[in-house]
Parts: sequence; structure tokens; C-alpha cells
Amino acid sequence: MSAIIAILVLGVIAALFGALLGYASVQFKVEGDPLAEQLDALLPQTQCGQCGYPGCKPYAEAVANGEAINKCAPGGEDTIKKIADLMGVEVQPLDENHETDNTPKVAFIIEEDCIGCTKCIQACPVDAILGTTKQMHTIIADECTGCDLCVAPCPVDCIEMIPLATTTQNWQWDLSTIPVVQID
Amino acid sequence: MAFWIASSPHNHQQSETSGLMRLVIYATIPGIFAQWYFFGWGNLIHIAMAITIVLVAEFAVLSLREKKIRPQLFDGSAILTAVLLGISLPALAPWWITIIGSLFAIIVVKQLYGGLGHNPFNPAMAAYVMLLISFPVQMTQWQPPLPLLAIDLQFADTLSLIFSGYTPQGYSVEQIRTHVDGFTMATPLDTVKTNITLGLTVVESMESPIIGKHFGIGWEWINAGFLLGGLFLLTKKAIHWTTPLSFLTSLFICSFIAFILSPDSSASTMFHWFSGATMLGAFFILTDPVSGATSVKGRLIFGALAGLLVYLIRKFGGYPDAVAFAVLLCNMAAPLIDQYTRPRTYGHNLGVKK
Amino acid sequence: MESVIERIQKGHFSHFHGGIHPPEQKFLTSTKPIASAQIPEQLIIPVRQHIGQAGDIIVAVGDKVLKGQALSASNSPMQLPVHAPTSGIISAIENAVIPHPSGLSELCIIITPDHEDTWRKRTICPDHHLLSKDQILEKIANSGIAGMGGAGFPTQVKVSTLAKINYLIINAAECEPYITADDLLIQEHSPTVLDGIKILDHLLAPKNILIGIEDNKAKAIETLQKATADIAHIHVCVIPTKYPSGGEKQLIKILTNQEVPSGVLPSSLGIVMQNVATCFAIADAVINDTPLIKRVVTVSGQALDKPQNIWSLIGTPVGFLTQHCDYKNRQHKHLIMGGPMMGFSLSNDQIPVIKSTNCILAPSEAEIESPYSTGTKEVECIRCGQCADVCPAQLLPQELQWSAKAKDQQQLTKLNLFDCIECGACAYVCPSQIPLVHYYRVAKAEIRQQKLLDIKAEKAKVRFEARKERLEREKIARAEKHKKAAEARKARMNSGTSEAKTEKSAVAAALARVKAKKAQASTDDHKINSEPESTNEQASDKKDQVANAIARAKAKKLAKQAQLKEGQATENLTTDNDKEASISAKLDNVTVSDKKAKVAAAIAKAKAKKLQQAENSNDSLSTDTQAKSDEDKKAKVAAAVAKAKAKAKAKAAERTQDDKPDVLVANDNVASAIDVDASSAKIDIASTQSAAELKKARIAATIEKAKAKAKAKSSLTEETIKTEAKSSLAEETIKTEATAITEAPIPGAAELKKAKVAAAVAKAKAKKLAAQAQKVAEPENSEQGDDDNVIASATDSKKARIAAAVAKAKAKKLAADTNKSPTSE
Repeated sequence: MSAIIAILVLGVIAALFGALLGYASVQFKVEGDPLAEQLDALLPQTQCGQCGYPGCKPYAEAVANGEAINKCAPGGEDTIKKIADLMGVEVQPLDENHETDNTPKVAFIIEEDCIGCTKCIQACPVDAILGTTKQMHTIIADECTGCDLCVAPCPVDCIEMIPLATTTQNWQWDLSTIPVVQID
Repeated sequence: MAFWIASSPHNHQQSETSGLMRLVIYATIPGIFAQWYFFGWGNLIHIAMAITIVLVAEFAVLSLREKKIRPQLFDGSAILTAVLLGISLPALAPWWITIIGSLFAIIVVKQLYGGLGHNPFNPAMAAYVMLLISFPVQMTQWQPPLPLLAIDLQFADTLSLIFSGYTPQGYSVEQIRTHVDGFTMATPLDTVKTNITLGLTVVESMESPIIGKHFGIGWEWINAGFLLGGLFLLTKKAIHWTTPLSFLTSLFICSFIAFILSPDSSASTMFHWFSGATMLGAFFILTDPVSGATSVKGRLIFGALAGLLVYLIRKFGGYPDAVAFAVLLCNMAAPLIDQYTRPRTYGHNLGVKK
Repeated sequence: MESVIERIQKGHFSHFHGGIHPPEQKFLTSTKPIASAQIPEQLIIPVRQHIGQAGDIIVAVGDKVLKGQALSASNSPMQLPVHAPTSGIISAIENAVIPHPSGLSELCIIITPDHEDTWRKRTICPDHHLLSKDQILEKIANSGIAGMGGAGFPTQVKVSTLAKINYLIINAAECEPYITADDLLIQEHSPTVLDGIKILDHLLAPKNILIGIEDNKAKAIETLQKATADIAHIHVCVIPTKYPSGGEKQLIKILTNQEVPSGVLPSSLGIVMQNVATCFAIADAVINDTPLIKRVVTVSGQALDKPQNIWSLIGTPVGFLTQHCDYKNRQHKHLIMGGPMMGFSLSNDQIPVIKSTNCILAPSEAEIESPYSTGTKEVECIRCGQCADVCPAQLLPQELQWSAKAKDQQQLTKLNLFDCIECGACAYVCPSQIPLVHYYRVAKAEIRQQKLLDIKAEKAKVRFEARKERLEREKIARAEKHKKAAEARKARMNSGTSEAKTEKSAVAAALARVKAKKAQASTDDHKINSEPESTNEQASDKKDQVANAIARAKAKKLAKQAQLKEGQATENLTTDNDKEASISAKLDNVTVSDKKAKVAAAIAKAKAKKLQQAENSNDSLSTDTQAKSDEDKKAKVAAAVAKAKAKAKAKAAERTQDDKPDVLVANDNVASAIDVDASSAKIDIASTQSAAELKKARIAATIEKAKAKAKAKSSLTEETIKTEAKSSLAEETIKTEATAITEAPIPGAAELKKAKVAAAVAKAKAKKLAAQAQKVAEPENSEQGDDDNVIASATDSKKARIAAAVAKAKAKKLAADTNKSPTSE
């Protein structure tokens, strides 16, 4: 008899708690950022496609689905570390296939060479190239992410990637780079 | 001609960490002198041994970690740890106690956590507690003050006791500790504690020969010596006044309340101040910046907490003295204290203030 | 409110947290009068000397300027003009090293003085009460006055605040060691300084004016007290000497016991602060109409024999001043602009004095230890907390330092890194000798940079998403359009109207084009076989952008290999060349043999094909540009082009009509074209266009031909590539060019010209021969043409006219076969 009571009591308690938990999970559901969104926030948004995906968001989605985390060349080690932290995996060195040089650059069209073919315009992931057929094109430097994608399609090789110049505005207090004048 | 490039500020008050450490070491001299005067050569031998061993240990670890050896080895922090450990050990503790303690302090407590500036615990106190728990017998073999000894203890005798356990005459440590009356001598704190458990009042315990006229023969002077050293450090601004003040005040208040409530079972406030390692703790251990709190408010809380813990452990704990335990517990609390005592930055949270 | 003044009158001041007492070293210069320096040989005037944007330069190299003449103009309050400090000639406007910790260069105007020091015309205004507030503000702005205490904030912006001002604080604290410029200025020019204060009083109408001055300047205090004795609301506040009491926020705390909330200007508390030197400059500008062209600079340090304060012109190179003070020549020079606590090292002594330069420090090695003489002495932080004790902003420097080393930007922001005023007190006291301030500066720069990057990334993301959306939209729109157009066409074709006819002929033309293309492709195949494989690879990979980069690299590599193989290739090409040369030679001959006629026919056919190809490409070009216009119109244009072509053919055909009835097929086609012409008015217009189109096509063909020739001679220049690319945008063409690039060795302009001339000659000849060729070719075609006709009818028996067109295409194909046959022979 007592055994049955015990079972009943426990059963009721279990049912109660089960109901409570079920209610809580529905009522207090936390709408967290989906993993892909969080990953996307970590990526540098250059939309360069060096990872093999057409943009940062697709790569973020791929990483969320198990793609290697070390394919973002513009982000470099820092980004890999952040992704590793978020995903809870080991930090990996940058994929060897990618260039490790991630100094910020901006594309520049050598205007006298431009034939106005619009190929670079089509390639630009952020619509940062201005121009139309048979007219000279130009880069909107402020919008350029330095992704490199316009360089390859250019039939006359008139696009160069120029590293961003250091100005007094963006100087990083690197005293060792100050050119010291050596007199005699 | 070349131009120098440097970041401002270009001038510096020219103080150095090693200078600070040296100053603290000098400040221990009056206390050590009193210790030597009342307890003989034991502690000096331990200090000397500890210094040798910490330097060797530090050298070894720094080489392994491929750090710059010279500046770190002689920055004085390791030597200070050795001095503090040597002071805290019982004068007649065997030689291997010092070796184990020193190695533990430097290798485990200091360097394994990242070296100077990164250790969460005071190395000397951590080592002391480790020894006390691991080797309770050796670590409680407190030697009575010289005037109470039946045997005249010379430097050679002490040396022999530490290294072999016997004097050249063949007396063991145990024999030396035994009073002419046949009683084993303990520290004043220990005596009081034991007597209270035996049902004696504090007043009765105060009549014990070890207590002497005031708060314990020798011990009162040793504490006075460290107080003197501490005051010297305060005038030199090598340590901040907050921690010692709040520690001593807190200990005073706790013992005072207890004394008011039950004078028979509680020792006087001054007894608490001038026995055990109170002054050493107040001025030399708790003020260790690395393992302490940083802000003024934080230091006040840190010191007060230490005072409370010292009193509680002395009164209710299993060990007679409590400074080492209190210090370690406070070290643990320090990051938390720091977290909650951040000063209000200029121009922030003005509404709260008004 | 009143209590503050009472307290000040009693000499009680609040305290800010922390602070230090570094050795003052003011005695070096404080007792010597201000000297005036001569005019240097060259003045370097940075265009931007303040916080904000540079003014627009209004002078040019070679201009002669007078003293006080504006060199740049401002259009906004944050732009400030600069002025010529003396008369002379502008020798250059170029980048030069500016006084900035980075040692970077910015645009500077360089003046070579004529040493006559001729003033521009000035209007003295003895009483500022005669001027309206706006006039005074304008004068201040036009004089280019920026805060002269160090930060360089435009003064006009600061004093034109609309907030109600309780306190105007005149900052004469000068807490940095060594600097005595303000001290001396008060001692020697207190009336002018007071005038400046009065002007500010007039502008801002504050309740009280507090002059904050540290108690180590006895003479200046005395002078000030005497001068202001009869003005009730000006209080000279003698505050205890402590660094950094001259900091704006710190001085406000000392004098008013108020804290400026983080991220807010003091004017929100009803407080405006001005530097003594700025007051002097304001008075000079308003009363004497003198722009900010000179200032007092303390030139001090034990490396100088005669340290002193100097009236120096803006733009004077620092080296000129140190020389004036007898700089002891040393192996290593250390020049600091600003004080020892907050100044920065200069990378050379040609850096000019600017508006905010108050001190040039030339310390001896014993005085300020060289950072390079001993190497860095930094050791681990022991958390001693001395830095936190002295921090005037009540920050936790040691925690900031850990976070800065760990690059934990979030934590740094949480610890209020941006409230750090970089006074250097923490680094000054640090027993571990950690360059704390430097860590903070780097961290601040990094955080700022990161913020910019974040903004940029966000923008890029938005743009990327927008672009994706747009492409998607366009794709759908295009699909929709295609569907609609197809439906419309079908409906019209079935309707049987004259328009339908047009449609049909357009379809016919399109079909013909497709056929021709096929034929072309087969010939192309022929060509491609002889070309390196890389071309194929390149072409097929074209679409994959990522792969493309790799392909490019490969192509480049292959190009190198191709160049190696060049010799072999040239051999082949030379044989071709020979053949062609012989052909053209033969063509010179008027008497035409059978074989020759065949060859000629082949050439003519190739010509026609090329024409067609060019037209095709034109076609695709128009498709490209008119992607948004409807399909219908496109079809019409295509029809027009096809018709034009047909017309051209018809001319040739008509000549031979009498003799050869077989040509009827072509004739028929022409007739149909004419039919179409007659039936549709629109097409009429199109036909006029077609003339132009034809011309264009011919030009294209010429170029095509020239290219082919040039290729044969393997002398295609890059210029040609460009011209070609410009003339025809079709992807195929570019591919061919890409092939050409791989094939082309070093180009020669002369050869190109030759090739072009040859092409033109050949073309003319080919044209002449085209008619004859057709004559000869036709009999051969006749039987097969019938067969083709049958096949064509089988394909679409209803549309006889379309069939005719198809038949013509077939004929062309046959011609191509004929073309092949001589090659095979």
C-alpha cells in the first residue's frame, strides 16, 4: 500500500514539475541570436569571398554548419580567435591557401587605362564602383572594403589595391615607425 | 646626431620596485633583532637558508620560463618572501621545513601563477600554512624565550638543533622546550587557548610564566619591533596606511566587544595586538600589494576583514594564531573587494553623489 | 552660488583626486624677460593647427604676402584660417613634418620672408564696446585663434556658446614643470591680458570671472591682483601648486567644486575656460587687428645655455629657437614640444612652432633620462596602487594597463579609459616604470579605429545585402520581361498583320544569325585547336570569380611558358603569313583563275561572316545597354541590322542577277527585306539607323581584320587590345584578346601600323572581289542550295521567307566549306 502511495506521490510531483518546466520553456523562451547571426557579427564584412563563399553572411552560415573557422583572411588571427571562442573550439592558424597580409587596402582604378567595361562594377560586392558602359569607372573609397574582387575581372589590369595611408587621424601610436632624421 | 623619440611623460620620480622591496626588508630589522634577542639564532638561520633557496628556485624557474633573469632575480621580492617566511617559522624547526616552505613559496605560489605581480596569494603565508597543515608537529615546536630556557642555547647549539635535531650536548628539541617545571612551553596565544579549554580564566592564564609581565615574554617586544618597522615604512610611504589601520582597528574592536561581553574567557585588546604575528601581519603581510586590494576603500575592507578573521580564528578556531589563515582568506576575497570598490571616475555617476 | 565666491575669497579651495609634485624647474626661465627672436630664413605654416578641419588655401606658390595676410579661409566654425607671420614670398605649398607625436607630414605653406616685415592694412579699434558681439566673434574667428594652452580648440566656437555662463575661468595655472610662458606673459603684458578678459566678459557676460593661478608665480599673482583690484567680479584665485591643476576639469573642480560630467562640455555647467595666452591673442585681434601670428614659447632645459621665453612667429622651426638659446651640441638630441609630462618628442628640429606650442624642452641627459640610454626598465606591475592614488580622473591605471595589454576593449571602455586625460601622473609614480600612458594611447587609438571599422563593416553589410536584393529583383524582373515578350511575340505572329511580318523576318534574321554563329564556332574551333590549351581553361573558368584569381595566376604562368614556346609558334604563324601574303599578291592580279576565285570567295565569305559577327556583337552590345527596354524593340533593331546586311548583299547580288537565275534566293531575301521596309514605318527609321550600324560594323570588321593580321604577324600591342575592347564589348571578343595577350610577344607600334594599313588594303580588295567571288561561287552552290531549301522547308514549311533566309545561311555555310577546301588543299 505504502509503496503505491509513494509511487503516486512521486508521479504527481513529477507530473507537476514536468508541467511547470514545460510552461516555463514556452513562456520564458529567450530569443537568442542564431549562431550564424553572431558569427556574422564577428566577421569583418569585407564580403571578399576569399573563404569561398559569396560574402560574409554565407560563410557565417557555413561555419555554423561546421565549416572550418580559419578561412577569413581579412579578419586574420583575431577573428579566428573570436570565432573559436564563440564556437567553443580550438583556435586554428589561418588557412594556408589564403594570404596572410591583411593590412587595410582600398582599390584604385588607374583612370587613363580604364576602358569602361563595367566588369568590376558587376564584381563589386558592395556597389562601391561608379561608372557606366564606355565611361571611366571610379572607386568610392569610403565604401570600398578592400576585398580584391574587382581586380581579377578587369580585362586591362587597371585596378590596384593601395594600402591605406597612415594619417594623424588613424595613427596607432607606434613610436618605432617615426622617421627620425639622422643628421650626419 | 640622432633624435630620441619617447612617449610622455618624459620624467619619472625614479622610484623602483626593487627599491620598495629593499625598504620593506630593512623595516623588518627591528623585529628580527627582537626575535634574535629573545629566541636566539634560530630565525636568523632560517632566514639565511630561505634566502639562499628562494634565489636558487627563482633562478631555476626564470631560466625555464626564459625570462630576463637578472632584473627579476634581484628585484627583492623573492628575498622579502624568504625573510617573511624565515621570521614566521618556529626558531628550532628542522632545516627541511625551510627548504620545502621556500620552494613551495617561490615555485608554486609565485612563479606557477605567473611570477611577481600575478600571484593571488602571499607566497610566504601560503607556504607557512602549507607547512603548518602538512607538518603540524614540527611547526608547533615553538621555542620558549631564552630567559625561560633551562639550557643555554648558543649559535652552534641552534645550528645543530636545526640540522640534526639535537644539540652537541645531546638535548633534543623536545627537551629544550620543556621547562624546569616539567611543562612543555608554548606561545602565549597557545597557552591562553589551552588554559581556556581547561577551564581557566584569562586572568589565571596571564600568570603563566610564559606571559611574563605583559603579553608574553619576547613576543611583545617582537611585535613592538615590527610596529616600529611598520611606522618607518609608513613615513617612507612605502606602504599605505589604510590596511594596517583598518586591520588593527578591526582586531581591537572585535577583542574589545568580546572582552566586554565575557572578560573571563577573552584576552585583552592589547594582548591580541602584541602577541602572535599581529604586527608582522599588519605591516608586512597584509600590505603586500600584489595579493591585496588596490583602492583605498578596498584596502579598508580588506584590513577589517583580516582583523575579524584573525580574531575569530584565534577565539574559535583550532589554531592558536591566525594571521596566516586570515591573510590567505583575504587574498581570496581581494579580487571581489576590488571589483566592488572601484572608485567613482571623475565626471561619472554625479547623480549618486548629489 | 555665493558660497563658492566666499570660499574662494577666504582662500579655501576644493581638491581634485590625486596629483603629483614633479620638480618644477621653472626658475630656469621665470626671471628672464621675454626675448624676441629674429625672423628665420623660412617659415613653415601647417594649414591645420587646431582641432577641426583645415581652412581652404587662398594663396598660390610665388605669391607675395604681407604680414598678417590670411593664407587660408574658413567656411565653417571648425575651420580656422592661418596667416602670414611676416611679409615674404610663398615658396612652396607641400607636405612637411608637423608638430604631432606621430612625426607625420601634413600640408604646410612655406614662406620665405623678405625681412621687411611689412604689415597689411590694419584698422585699430581702441574700444571693443563700439563693436557688436557678432563683429567681435567674427574678428576672433578671422584671426584664427584657437586655444593656446595645448588642445587648440577654436576659441570662437567656445565663446559663442548660448548657455548661460556663471563662471568664466581664466586658466593661468600652468602646472607643467619648466613652462613659464603664461607667467611671463602676465608679468609683462597684464593690461592686454586684462583687455582680453574684458572682451570675453563682454561676450559671455559671466557672473564671475575666476583667474586660477598656482601659488608658485608670486610676481604674476601680484601683477594680476593689482590690475584687477578695482573690478569686483574678477577674482584672482591662488591655488596650491599640484600637477595637473591646470587641466580644465581639474581646475573647475578646484575652483567651483563641480565635476564636469563625462562626455559633456563645461559650458553645460555654465563654465567657460580660457587660457591666458588666448586672452592676450583675443585682445590683440580685436583691438589691434592682429591675427594670431606669434606667441610666447618657453625654450627651456639644461641642454641650453640661455633658456628663456621667446616671442616666436608661428611657423618658426624649433631648431631656430634652440639655436637662439645656445643649444649645446650633443651626440643625442632630445627635443620635446610641450612640457615634460605631456609633451611629445620631436623627430627633427625643422618642425615649426604652431598656435598651441607653449614650450620647447631641450633636457640634458641627466635631467630627463633618455629612453634609449638604458633600455626600457619596465617590470611587472605589483599592484601597488600608487597610480590609482595619483590619478586626477580617479581611474584605476593598473587595471587599465592589464586590459590594455590584453586588448580587452570592452573592459577598457567599462573602466572609463576615455576619461583619461593622459596627464602622465600614473606613469610618473609607477615604481615598475611601466609607460602606462603610452599603453592607454595605443588602446584609445585602437578602440577608435575599431569603432570606425565596425561602422564600416556595418555599412558594407548593408550595402552587400542591398546589392543582393537588387540582383534578385532584377533577375525576377528580367524573367518576367522575357516571358511577357515571348507571349506578345507569339500573339503577334499569329495575328497576321504587317507587324507580324516584321516579327517573322526578325525571327528569320535571328535564326540566320544563330546559324552563322554556329558556322563561326566551327571555324573558331579550327582556330582554337592551334592555340594553347590555357585559353580553353581560361574561358571555361571565367564565371567562377574565386577560381578566376587562381586561373589568372595560372594563366600568367602559362603565358611565361607560352613565351618560351614562342619560337615554335612563330614558325607556324609565318607559314600562315606567307600564305596570306601570296593570296593578297594573287589578288592584285585582275585575271582570275578558278582556284583564285575560290580563294577570293572564301575571303569574301569570311569577310561577310566577320561583318555578321561584328554585327552580332553590336547586337549584344545594344542588348546590354538596353537591357531595360522591352524585348520587342530589341527584336526590331536586330531585324534592322539583319536587313542592312541583306541590303549590302543585295547590291552584290543585283549585279549578277541577269546572268545567274540561281541568285533568286538571295534576291528573294532582298525582296522580302524591301517588303518589310515598305510595310513598316518604324523600320524606315530603323533603316536610317542601319546605315550607321553598317558603318560601325564595317569599322569593327576592319579592326577585326587588322587584328587577325596582326595576330598572324604576332605583333599585337596592348593598345590594340584596348581599342578593340572599347569597340566591341562582347565577351567572346575579350576572350580572343586574352588569347592574343598570351600569344603576343613584345609589341611594336610600327608593325601595328603596318598591319592596319595592310588590313585596309586587303579589305578594299576583298570588297572588290566580293561580287566576282559570288558569281563564281554560285554555280557550285546551286545544286546543294536546292537540297538545303528542302531541309529548310521541312523545318518550317509555312514560313517560306524564313526558309529563304535559312537557305542563305546554308549557302554561307557552304561557302565556309569552300573556304575550308583550299585550306585542306
